[in-house]
Parts: sequence; C-alpha cells; structure tokens
Amino acid sequence: MTLRQPAATEITRQTAVDLAAKIKSRDLGAVEVARAHLDRIDEIDGEIHAFLYVDRERALASASRVDAKIAAGEDVGPLAGVPLGLKDILTYTGAPTTCGSKILYGWLPPYDATVTRRLLDHDMVILGKTNLDEFAMGSSTENSAYGPTRNPWDTSRIPGGSGGGSAAAVAAYEAPLAIGTDTGGSIRQPAAVTGTVGVKPTYGGSSRYGLVALASSLDQPGPCARTVLDAALLHQVIAGHDPCDSTSIDQPVPDVVRAARSADVSGMKIGVVTELGGEGYAPGVEQRFGESVDLLASLGAEVIEVSCPHFVYALPAYYLILPAECSSNLAKFDAMRYGLRVGDDGVASAEQVMAMTREAGFGAEVKRRIIIGTYALSSGYYEAYYGQAQKIRTLISRDFDNAFSQVDVLISPSTPITAFKIGEKVDDPLAMYMNDLCTIPSNLAGNASASFPVGLAPEDGLPVGLQVMAPPLADDRVYRVGAALEAALESAWGGPLLDRRPELGAVR
Amino acid sequence: MALTAEDVANLARLARIELTEAELEILAPQLDVILESVARVSEVAAQDIPPTSHALPLTNVFREDELRPSLAREELLAGAPAAEQMRFRVPRILGEEA
Repeated sequence: MTLRQPAATEITRQTAVDLAAKIKSRDLGAVEVARAHLDRIDEIDGEIHAFLYVDRERALASASRVDAKIAAGEDVGPLAGVPLGLKDILTYTGAPTTCGSKILYGWLPPYDATVTRRLLDHDMVILGKTNLDEFAMGSSTENSAYGPTRNPWDTSRIPGGSGGGSAAAVAAYEAPLAIGTDTGGSIRQPAAVTGTVGVKPTYGGSSRYGLVALASSLDQPGPCARTVLDAALLHQVIAGHDPCDSTSIDQPVPDVVRAARSADVSGMKIGVVTELGGEGYAPGVEQRFGESVDLLASLGAEVIEVSCPHFVYALPAYYLILPAECSSNLAKFDAMRYGLRVGDDGVASAEQVMAMTREAGFGAEVKRRIIIGTYALSSGYYEAYYGQAQKIRTLISRDFDNAFSQVDVLISPSTPITAFKIGEKVDDPLAMYMNDLCTIPSNLAGNASASFPVGLAPEDGLPVGLQVMAPPLADDRVYRVGAALEAALESAWGGPLLDRRPELGAVR
Repeated sequence: MALTAEDVANLARLARIELTEAELEILAPQLDVILESVARVSEVAAQDIPPTSHALPLTNVFREDELRPSLAREELLAGAPAAEQMRFRVPRILGEEA
C-alpha cells in the first residue's frame, strides 16, 4: 500500500472530522497523527505551556492499537485515532492529576474518570494533561501552581481560565480537541479569548465521576474544539447517563451532531439579553456581537431583546455559592490520604499538620475562596449570604424560564473584554471575577451554553466570542446557532478565524 | 463591615489553613472588598422565594445492593503521604490535655 505522506503541519491543521475519516480510510495512520501532534507540542509548548504532562509513549501505543483495529476491519468509534488533551482535573490512571495545585503534586489517581473512560472506549488518543487555574479557580490560568499558559494569539496575554491549557492547546494546533470543565465559564471564556469553540453541556449531561470537584452543583465537563462539528462529535462521545454520578441525567443525549450539521437558524427565535452589554464591555466586543446579531437575522432567525433582570445579581450570588461549596469540597485535602504532607515531625498533631499542609499546598486564590466560603457558611451570616444567594439562584432560573417561553435560545457576548495581559489582574480579585459576568447565569440555572468565535476586536486584533444559552437538554440548539454563525462568518472571512492568528515564534 | 486580620485568622483556623502574618495583612482588605461586593445579594427582596441548592430537581438514586469490585488497598495506599502495616499512618490525633 502506498501512503501519501503529508507534512506534519498539514496534519495538525486538520479538523477532527477529517482526521477521523482519513484514519478510518487508512489514508493516514493514527500513529502518524499522534506523532505529528506530539512533535508540535515539543516544538511550541515551551512557549505556550498548555500541557502539564505529555503522555507520549501511551499516546503512541494507543494510536498503534487503533491502526491495528482498523487494519483488522474492527468497528471503531467516530473519532477513533483522533488525539486530544485532557484537563488536569479529570483522573486518568497512570498520569499524574495535579489540578494545577502543589497539594496534589505527582498524585497518581487509582481510577479513570467516566469522561476519560469514554474517550478511551471510543478509541481516542489522550496526548496528555492540560494546564488550569488551581482547582479550576480563576479566569486566566495564572493561578496554576505550575506557571501560566500563554495565549497563542499573543503570548504576553492570558488564554482565559480556568481551562486555558485546553483552549490554548486547541488554538495552537497542539491538539484538534480537548476536554474542559465549566463551573462559571471555564470552558466558554477561554474559548472566547482564544478564538475557539467551547461548550458547557446541560448540568448532568456529562458525568462528573472522576472530576475533582470544585463546586458540585455547578461543575460540568464539555468539549473544546476549533470547529462546531468537531465539538459536537466530542460531546457525543463523552455525554450520557452514568450510574456513578447521582446527578447524571438518565435521558438520551440531544442529537448535537445532527444539529451541528444542519447549521440552520431559519425560523428560530433568538433573544439578546438586555443586561449583558453596555458599560464595562469593550467596544470591539460589542461591535462584533452586534454584527453577529444582524447576521443571525439575515440567516432567517427572528431576533428580539429579552430582559433577565436578576442576571445582574448572578456574579455576587455565584461568589457566595461557589466558595461555600468549594470550602466544603476542598476539606478532603487534609494531608492524610493523598497528596502533600508537611510538618509531620512526630510531635505535631494531625490538626497542626493539616493546617501547615494546606498553608503550604494551596495558592492565594484557593485560600481566598475557602475563607470566603467559611465566612458565608458560618452561623450568623448563613442566611444573609448563602441563604440569600440560593434564593437569587431561583430568581435567575425563573428569568431563564420566562425568557425561554418567548425565545428558543438567548445570546450575549461570552465575556466583556478580550484577552488581557498576564499579570494585569492578579492582585485584583474582583476585576478578575468580572470575566465570568456573562457565563455564570447558565451555570446557576444548569442549562446548556457555548461560546463561538465571531471575529477580532478592531482595537486590539484579539478574538471575540458569542455565547448561546439554551434550555436544559436543548444542547442541540446551541450547536445549530454556532454552526450557522460559523458557516456564514467563514464564508465572509474566506476561512477560519484561526488562520489569521500570527505564527508562533514570529517576531512581534 | 471591615474584616480585620484577626477575623481572617479566625476563619483560617476554622478552615485549617495556617496563614502567615504577611498573608493576613494582604488577605484582610482583599476579602473585605469581595464580601462588600457580594453583599449586594441583600438588595433583592426574596423573603418568599424558595432557595435553590441544585440546578436539577434531585431525587434519591438507588442501585441494586450487589457486590462489586472496589479499589485494591495497595492502590489506595500508593497515594498516601505515609502508610504503615497496610494502613494510612496519621500524626497523633489526641491533644496534650486529653
């Protein structure tokens, strides 16, 4: 058999759909594809730092198994042989899971997350673990104990967070796909600032088993990709009921792949959220968002404005609910069963060792949130803070219910500003929290949402994302809108947005 | 509300984090600003609104009461900071006064 030998760069530029088709038809070997991406990581990840761990040998071995299966005529998954990055907050036996924290340095988990299991069962090739803000707390990946990830559009800027590693890996062609997790925007905001696609499934749509919990009522794994169809195919692989997660939804996964292929918004009713715009939004973000609204109308959608009056309280409510849940979830890092232990000198008590270990092992943002959560849950403050935040959560869900009685989906900018400079906001927690202003309401209500690239802000030439939000279990609608936008925009631009990204290593 | 360094030290003790003096000085004003900002939740009149603790209506989930393989002791202890006689070894758990 004569194989055409494409250049490695040609391989890393391809979509997951194309790679899967060529691997299946044996025009490309899965090993060759894995090697091209591993080489790309070797070449540029020193500059980007998207990966915390590269699993070279296992990636090549599993790719080789895929090639053997295909050669033997066996059935393989729809993305068989396609490589991807896994956010380092999901367990994968044999690779360290650090959660971007010193407290879990070198920890080898004894079991696979359900998401990981599904990737492997579908013959996908895991390249390694991607960088994140410590325990997914942050919007810039600067809170990783192992150093920040850099934005491939401008390496002096942040790639978003917490899943900056996954988004940057995809944007820098280190992997066609990656897995993220979204608690307040950690898939969507990095997608927005890196010009990529990121989807947060309906809460309960994908399993949290093996996802190290930040806020259990909000966390949700989902796909990161360069195209809408690629994201849908990965969504299909990881989603669905899991008996190991008691909050997993026991219903069929919405047909997101068909929706992504249809790319049709004609007759769809789309609501623009009044409260998510105006003061504090960058002019280029508002401009590209406004143009996209007009574009959707020209594609046959009916666009109206919808008010969600309680969304303005989503941010303060979230920064009570999340710290409350995280202070409780992170209590398990007690220096007894796994991870770091310091000060165990035979004299210090378990409690002293615990306090010394948590002091040494947690970074500043994790400490801030644990203490805020401890405060919000303490007697005397519980009702005024946590109790009230839970009531606002109800009011936000009601705003969504009311909106979805008038429209099929809601849209907004994904984040108020484009990628900012590394270091610019590290000492100003409130300014950092503002990055999740638009994404948080969807987590509080547990519905489906996503960010899609809609152009570059004229003032700084950096990517802008548009957010689509749909009712619970209507994840397919998110993909319909995203695919319609992608098709119309790429035909106007003459190619994908990422084609306009400056080459890495070039003089800036 | 003005959270003092002493308040933060108390909260950190409850959360089992031994903060340094320098951290307390930095954290107190930062946490104060955050708490002042999140206190905006009190602007909403919500006396009659039921709280939501979870996005989905949750019901108890049961499974058949059947034997299943669990993780091996060796695998679990492999990640422990200290193990002895196939058990987690922990520092002393009783105080001097006990």
